[in-house]
Amino acid sequence: MKDTDIKRLLYAHLLCIFSIILSIFIPSFFLENFSILETHLTWLCICSVFVTAVNLVLYLVGKPNTSSKRSSLSYKVTRLLKCCIYFLMSCFSFHVIFVLYGAPLTELVLETFSLAVLLSTFTTVPCLCLLGPNFKAWLRVFSRNGATSIWENSLQITTISSFVGTWLGAFPIPLDWGRPWQEWPISCTLGATFGYMAGLVISPLWIYWNRKELTYKNN
Amino acid sequence: MQKISVLLFLAWVCLLFYAGIALFTSGFLLTRWELTNHSSCQEPPGPESLPWGSRGKPGACWMASRFSRVVLVLIDALRFDFAQPQLSHSSGEPPVSLPFLGKLGSLKKILEIQPHHARLYQSKADPPTTTMQRLKALTTGSLPTFIDVGNNFASYAIVEDNLIKQFVSTGKRVVFMGDDTWKDLFPGAFSKAFFFPSFDVRDLHTVDNGILEHLYPTMDSGEWDVLIAHFLGVDHCGHKHGPDHPEMAKKLSQMDQMIQGLVERLENDTLLVVTGDHGMTVSGNHGGDSELETSAVLFLYSPTALFPSAPPEKPEVIPQISLVPTLALLLGLPIPFGNIGEVMAELFSEVEDSQPHSSALAQASALHLNAQQVFRFLHTYSAAAQDLQVKELHRLQNLFSKASANYQRLLQSPQGAEAALQTVITEMQQFLRGVRAMCIESWARFSLVRMAGGVALLAATCFLCLLVSQWATSPGFYLRPLLVMPVTCGLTVATVCTGLLATTGLQLDPVVLGAMAAVGSLLPFLWKAWAGWGSRRSMASLLPMPGPVLLLLLIRFAGLFSDSFVVAEARAAPFLLASLILLLVAQLHWEGKLLPPKLLTIPRLGFLTPTGPPRHHGVHTLGLGVGLLLCIRLAGLFHRCPEETPACSSSPWLSPLASMVGGRAKNLWYGACVGALVSLLAAVRLWLHRYGNLKSPEPSVLFVRWGLPLMVLGTAAYWALASGADEAPPRLRALVAGASVMLPRAVAGLAAAGLMLLLWRPVAVLVKAATGAPRTRTVLAPFSGPPASQADLDYVVPQIYRHMQEEFRGRLERTKSQAPLTVAAYQLGSVYSAAMVTALTLLAFPLLLLHAERISLVFLLLFLQSFLLLHLLAAGIPVTTPGPFTVPWQAVSAWAFMATQTFYSTGHQPVFPAIHWHAAFVGVSERLESSSLSAFLVGANTFASHILFAVGCPLLLLWPFLCESQGSRKRRQLPGNEAEARVRPEEEEEPLMEMRLRQAPHHFNAALLQLGLKYLFVLGIQILACALAAFILRRHLMVWKVFAPKFMFEGMGFIVSSVGLCLGIALVMRVDGAVSSWFRQLVLAQQR
Ligand SMILES: [Zn+2]
Ligand SMILES: [Zn+2]
Repeated sequence: MKDTDIKRLLYAHLLCIFSIILSIFIPSFFLENFSILETHLTWLCICSVFVTAVNLVLYLVGKPNTSSKRSSLSYKVTRLLKCCIYFLMSCFSFHVIFVLYGAPLTELVLETFSLAVLLSTFTTVPCLCLLGPNFKAWLRVFSRNGATSIWENSLQITTISSFVGTWLGAFPIPLDWGRPWQEWPISCTLGATFGYMAGLVISPLWIYWNRKELTYKNN
Repeated sequence: MQKISVLLFLAWVCLLFYAGIALFTSGFLLTRWELTNHSSCQEPPGPESLPWGSRGKPGACWMASRFSRVVLVLIDALRFDFAQPQLSHSSGEPPVSLPFLGKLGSLKKILEIQPHHARLYQSKADPPTTTMQRLKALTTGSLPTFIDVGNNFASYAIVEDNLIKQFVSTGKRVVFMGDDTWKDLFPGAFSKAFFFPSFDVRDLHTVDNGILEHLYPTMDSGEWDVLIAHFLGVDHCGHKHGPDHPEMAKKLSQMDQMIQGLVERLENDTLLVVTGDHGMTVSGNHGGDSELETSAVLFLYSPTALFPSAPPEKPEVIPQISLVPTLALLLGLPIPFGNIGEVMAELFSEVEDSQPHSSALAQASALHLNAQQVFRFLHTYSAAAQDLQVKELHRLQNLFSKASANYQRLLQSPQGAEAALQTVITEMQQFLRGVRAMCIESWARFSLVRMAGGVALLAATCFLCLLVSQWATSPGFYLRPLLVMPVTCGLTVATVCTGLLATTGLQLDPVVLGAMAAVGSLLPFLWKAWAGWGSRRSMASLLPMPGPVLLLLLIRFAGLFSDSFVVAEARAAPFLLASLILLLVAQLHWEGKLLPPKLLTIPRLGFLTPTGPPRHHGVHTLGLGVGLLLCIRLAGLFHRCPEETPACSSSPWLSPLASMVGGRAKNLWYGACVGALVSLLAAVRLWLHRYGNLKSPEPSVLFVRWGLPLMVLGTAAYWALASGADEAPPRLRALVAGASVMLPRAVAGLAAAGLMLLLWRPVAVLVKAATGAPRTRTVLAPFSGPPASQADLDYVVPQIYRHMQEEFRGRLERTKSQAPLTVAAYQLGSVYSAAMVTALTLLAFPLLLLHAERISLVFLLLFLQSFLLLHLLAAGIPVTTPGPFTVPWQAVSAWAFMATQTFYSTGHQPVFPAIHWHAAFVGVSERLESSSLSAFLVGANTFASHILFAVGCPLLLLWPFLCESQGSRKRRQLPGNEAEARVRPEEEEEPLMEMRLRQAPHHFNAALLQLGLKYLFVLGIQILACALAAFILRRHLMVWKVFAPKFMFEGMGFIVSSVGLCLGIALVMRVDGAVSSWFRQLVLAQQR
């Protein structure tokens, strides 16, 4: 493993962070009364779109898994469709998990779903970009000794930190501080975002520190 | 390791915990008994005649009234120095302007202009300085503690005699406006009331503006005799901003204007009282006993002259409850029965008639009435409760009789000397003050030493649990020295202390004695731990838990320090449980136990070598996880809202069916409930059937087959009667009533009988099949003759078991028909858990009966949930064949979380008004009233989930062994793997299942000990957190509303759980003993 790989990883991650920061500032030029807390859903959508876009761009530029064997149009279309289905399924399953965790079932459905979309953006979209719609590969990556490249390692870290961020975001909800960001699901979306960003920052650093121990046999 | 010493050790640890809880409780929860006696006009407080012959006068009771109306303005948290003028600082110092000083200018003005009309006092409130307790004190004249033990736990309504009750009973119209706490305290007492919500501390203005809107119109309308206005703004401002804040100045100025307005509107027959219920600390909180918290303003004003002299330079300091007898006598009311306040004698002097003699006589008579009333109360109280000091009581009684006799003598010869009158007054005051001091001593003082000691004891015991649970499975661990040494030390310390106390003649406090014994027995243990610290154990062995579980336990621990989290625990506990479950599933996947390894490795990579094929399929485990989450979520639908969250609405399903109106919906629900019962029964029977425990002719099995359906039938019939009792035709009423008393008793009796049978013959194994095999090969036993020792037996038993299995299989192959025989082999493999499951079912039915009908659905969920959880956990726990058996921390934590979650989903909340009191009337006829039985029933209802989960705790150890059979069965069913299975001959063998535990009895006992200690540790840190929270946050706004009730519920829950745990482990040991004797008989039979 070379240091250039880690550098590329770092730049890619910085780009992702930059897209999130942009999603906070750019809309205020176009939309009136835009703020993260008050027009939360709008921000969520914009943030999801930005992060997805950056991931796609990175994928198109970097092309991590160069499968040159089949590049027909129909193959690409089915692959794209599969990706969309995977994304939607992950949104729905996140929604179900949130409800099972105690989110209201009938009220605030849109809010819960948009949180699911955001979390999918942070977790499923990178998976789709990096591994493609291949569930078995996902399962492999998310197991002990399953990662085969630094990209997969960083995928592990960002995904787990996004989940942990969302989970931690639920803790302020019962507190009686009466802040606007304590409403469902704002604290969780903020937690997810912070978790994702933290993961983006941590993973290159972690990989850099552990570069001696990390040996990938196929590389 | 002996079985009995395991139990004894657990009992000893439980006792240590109890000692800690008791010590903490004795320092924190001060108790007092509430008397329901009432004073009345017709009944004078003492035998002597009333002064001035006032009995005949209309409208007068014990004394002629001076005022006919009163305006009581209660400004919450009006600290005494809020009424002080802006300090004029001595030269040299820079003038400091505090925002709260000098804002109540109207008081000062009145005092200067009308010195004979008004007086400012510094009133000293007694701790706890919380609003509810202070309101109780200000109306009853007593010293409310947190637990005023009375007959009414279900609501906050005051049962003691109080001023409001006296107002109402003498026909005065009481108008109230302000804090809605009064609504709970005095339900239905006010002729007119304007309540405003008091819960939101951040809201400074709703209550005050609401009052101001109604205050003057109500005053002007004249439709009142007593007007009470309770302002909250100052208090809330203190909590939000603290006293040193410009907002406080604004609030106080607003109050000043209000007082100004009131004074202008007062009429001559009206007394104005402005008072604070308590003060506040520098940070604006209250609840404790510091100087700033206990000092409050008391300001009296009357449009007619009231005081013979001008006010003193420095305001007099008086106890807060002095206001109660003073107000009562000034308004011509009887003093409330339980009052121990001292009348403010100054207000009873004659102003116009300047004769000093008659003034003193009036004061003496008021004081005498007061003293008589207090004496009567003391007499009644000391007859009802024994918590007052006997010696002091005698001294005070003597003082009173002396003073009373002197007073009588003076009345006989009214021309007596002034000096004699003063002596009488002083004696009376001495008596009253003595009584107050004695009551404070026993009712109103936190003991910080005891609280800290209790917390330390709890923490040390938790540490002990942690350490010993680590040691228990290590080789070379001997329990007996660890048990004998501390117990001897504890007993020695206890006897020495008793001896010392007896020789010094001090009073023997059993709580302190217990704590001393506990500390004495802990010390050698801690010494041992300390000594072995550096040499053998490292820090890592101290924190043996996996990180995430430790984090979850820490969150649970920390959550108990936040009132919001305690209130929201009903949602937080399922959240943590769900997190733990997802974590378990994720961890299983992470470690590659979920999926076949070839999925996880890219084929060309060979380094991931699996240790063995995973016992469970991935989808199966994932299904378990999702099913658990679903169960938790469904159980969460049965949710009772805490009263602190007004937006939340409780589940309607918690109410009994009898309260439903719609006939059709009721029938449907009834059907669903009976369906839940039947499916619970069916599930248990199916489980027992599957593991082959339903075929044996043993009485306990017969009971499961026939007794359980009878219990279901009885429960269903009882519900039918209970929900439709009102619709029964009148001539059947008596029958229905009788049946609805008898049916629960019958069910409980059946359950008790079943448990007895289970204890008598716990081994449900088909012995007939074993003896019916005549042509036995010789048993591979190294001994001749009956087994000599336990060790021999332990060695030979698994061999016999294996041999039997072979024998049965051989017969099966020959006859091809004897299916029950192979089943008989399974029976032995699940003998422990079958007994546990039977016992749990038998326990669950009577507990279910104490709940509302629809809770049966929750019970069904509870069984399902624990079944799923056990399976999920079993997937992660490896069966270590010979070696030490362990129950991992995540299993124990999940079990404890689930117990908490079920506590809430069965409709409970850790506050007193939320207790299900109706449980006290299940199976109890109304004539027969036994308070201990009622308490038992209510306790069983409240702690049902604690009981079930604690008793079922050993299942955590047993279940992985049960699941072993599934794995091997599945493997054998796989058609492709047959060739592989043949290669390994031991794979052909029947799984040993729970007999593996018997193979290594030493490890079995160690595992039971470890399991018990781990569960006690998880429960112990919860009670430790509650105690610590109550200790640290004893000044918190919510201490009496949230933390103290939580501590009490947690403490009771801990006691119930620990007893249940010991019983569950004892049951396992009883089964173990029975299995031993069963084998012994078998061996003897074969020898013949
Ligand atoms: Zn108050
Ligand atoms: Zn307050």
